[in-house]
Order: sequence, then C-alpha cells, then structure tokens
Amino acid sequence: MKNIESLLDGFAAIGRVSLDKLAGLGRATMVIAYALLVLPQPSTNISLTIKQLFNVGVKSLLIIVVSGLFIGMVLGLQGYTILVDFGSEEAVGQMVALSLVRELAPVVTALLFAGRAGSALTAEIGLMKATEQLASLEMIGVDPLRRIVAPRLWAGFISMPILSMIFAIVGVYGGALVSIEWLGVYSGSFWSVMQQSVDFYDDVLNGMIKAFVFGIAITWVAVYQGLESIPTSEGISQSTTRTVVYSSLMILALDFVLTALMFGDI
Amino acid sequence: MRTRNVEILVGIFLVAGMLAVLALAVNVSGYSGANSDTYKVYAHFDNIGGLTNKAEVTLAGVQIGTVTDISIDSQLLVAKVEMEIFSEVNYLSIDSSVQILTSGLLGGKYIGLSVGAEEEVLVDGSLIEDSQSALVLEELIGKFLFDKVSD
Repeated sequence: MKNIESLLDGFAAIGRVSLDKLAGLGRATMVIAYALLVLPQPSTNISLTIKQLFNVGVKSLLIIVVSGLFIGMVLGLQGYTILVDFGSEEAVGQMVALSLVRELAPVVTALLFAGRAGSALTAEIGLMKATEQLASLEMIGVDPLRRIVAPRLWAGFISMPILSMIFAIVGVYGGALVSIEWLGVYSGSFWSVMQQSVDFYDDVLNGMIKAFVFGIAITWVAVYQGLESIPTSEGISQSTTRTVVYSSLMILALDFVLTALMFGDI
Repeated sequence: MRTRNVEILVGIFLVAGMLAVLALAVNVSGYSGANSDTYKVYAHFDNIGGLTNKAEVTLAGVQIGTVTDISIDSQLLVAKVEMEIFSEVNYLSIDSSVQILTSGLLGGKYIGLSVGAEEEVLVDGSLIEDSQSALVLEELIGKFLFDKVSD
C-alpha cells in the first residue's frame, strides 16, 4: 500500500511540474497578446517606445559596432590564411560576407543583445514588481502591460534587425580592411566575388528575418521573466540569470530551425 | 530638452539601420539599379561554362567592369553575355577579344579582355566579335582520351 502511495506521489510531482510549465507558457502568451493587441494609445505609446528604443537600441550600439568590427577582422584573417593555400584568397570576401550576413550577425548580435538589453529589462521590471510600482499603476487605473511592457516589446522588435544589419556591415568593412589593406587581396576581386555570391533577398533579407525572430524571443523572455520574478533581491537575480540562459538557448535552437528552413533543403 | 536629445539619438539610430541595409544591398550583394557611369557591350560565346552574373571583366587582370546578364541568342543559338564596363575605361578598341578564364585552380570564372589594334573604340551597345569560350574540363579530358585511343 505504501508503495502505491509513493508511486502516486511521483506521478503527482510530474503532473504538478508540467502543469506549472504549461500555465507559465499560457501566461507568457497572454502577456505578449495583451501587450501587443490591446488598443494602442498612439500619443503616449510612441514617446514611451522612443525612450525604450534609446535604452535597448542606441545604448547597445557601441558593443555591437566594436564586436562586429573585430569579428569581421578575425574572419578576414582566418579566411585568408586558409584560402591562400588554395590560391583562391579572392574568395575571402565571399566567406566573410556570407558567414556574417547569414549567420554571425543575427546570432552574435542576439546573444549580445540578450546579455546587454534583455537582462536589464528583466531586472527593471522585476524591481518594479518588487517595489510594488506595477501594483500601484494598476491601482491608479493604468494598465502596466500597456504602459510598461508594450513599449519595451516594440523597442526590442525594432532594435534587433537594425543592430544586426549594423553588425553585418561593420563586420564586412572590418574584413575588407584586413584582407585588402593589410593582407593585399585585390580589392576588385574581393568585392566582385562577394557580390557574385551574396543575394539581397536570399541572404540579406533572410538574415534580417532571423534577427527579427531573435528580437521577439529575447524581449518576450526578458519581459515575462521580469513579470514572473519572485519579488526579492534573490528572486530578481535568478530571473535575470534565467533570461540570459533561456534566451541564449532559444536563439541557438531557433537559429538551427530558421537556417534549415531558409538555406537547407530539408 | 533631454527628451529631444533622446529623440535625436533614436532618429540617428534608425537612419543608421536603414543606411546599413542600403550598404549591404549595394556594396555586399551588388543590388544595383540603372548604373549611369557604365556602358554596355556584348559578346557571344559557344559555351560559358559556369560564368555567372556579377562576374568580373578584367583587362590585364585589373577589373574594368562586371557581367550583368547572360542569355541565349535565339537566332544563333549561342550564349549572349552582357557586360557593363566602367565609363572611364573608354579606350577599348573595337577589335578587342574576350576570353572566359578561371581565377586560381578552384576560383570562379571571369572574363579577360585583350585590346586589339584598331583606332575605333567600343561604345555602348557594341558587340565584341572575337570571343573564346570557357575551357570545359570534361571536353578537354575527352579530347585527350580520344587522341590516346587513335594513337
């Protein structure tokens, strides 16, 4: 009899955890649906969104530009040392541009964005919850989803593709700097081989779509983790950590799926 | 005033994003509309053997233009290649010859142009008469084997 009881306890534990997760997923969907689909208030919403664009977009520019430049330069250097063995060092432009536009720009930008902007979003909203600012807003009849969450979501969606494109173009010029100026690849072939292989719709636009999807994933996770955080200092630190971990894992998993859909013949 | 600064910076951020897309389109993917500072010349080839759009056109190894269109000439049943040559290169004689070459052992195909002796120069819409097709490895091996067998 005791055995059966403990077996049932085991089932109950599994059920509880799955129901919790499922309820969390449901709440997350409600958050994004309400925040984006409730009637927008253009006059206040646009100015709030601009403020958030400044926080998540403009303030992330420096780290994006610097990492893009260095990643482009390293790609140029590494690509050159390998390709020069085959006497086709002109193809370094193709290698740099394709790997940046298709893969590295969206993914690395998203990972940096999750660390730079996603964690800040979670901490901010978590602290608002802990100090009962969200509850006070509700009390004076302002919907926190509309006032706090929606502008942050929109700002994240808009910023990510822009940051990713800036990353890509800075990286390409970093690669060009190393290969053409320092290693002496002929600039005519560098650019023309690149232009021969990179297609605007297939490569650049697909890269932008990837960045946009990653932007949705990161801001969604960050905002939800902030709203769900346990309102203590420890709880906020846990939520912030979870934001970075979950959104990084989601970026990498989504990247595989999107790459398979866009570039693979699966 | 502070709000205004924020708005200005966000505006610059958005414009920078659009400029980045534009630069990616034009510089990296070579997405170009009508390019005014080039002129078009044409050539017929029996076999283009893997030449693609946006391939280089070179004179003495230096790029002087790009391939912009490859189609079949329905009357002659040969490939018709349209090339855009930079307009500052306006000294190519009318009897120039073009040849499809391979860069390196594994590299892509490009067009090498050699200048002739005529005084008259190529202008927009000219056809280059003298062309040499791409070297197709299979044909070459086929010829070689055929020669061996007949020996």
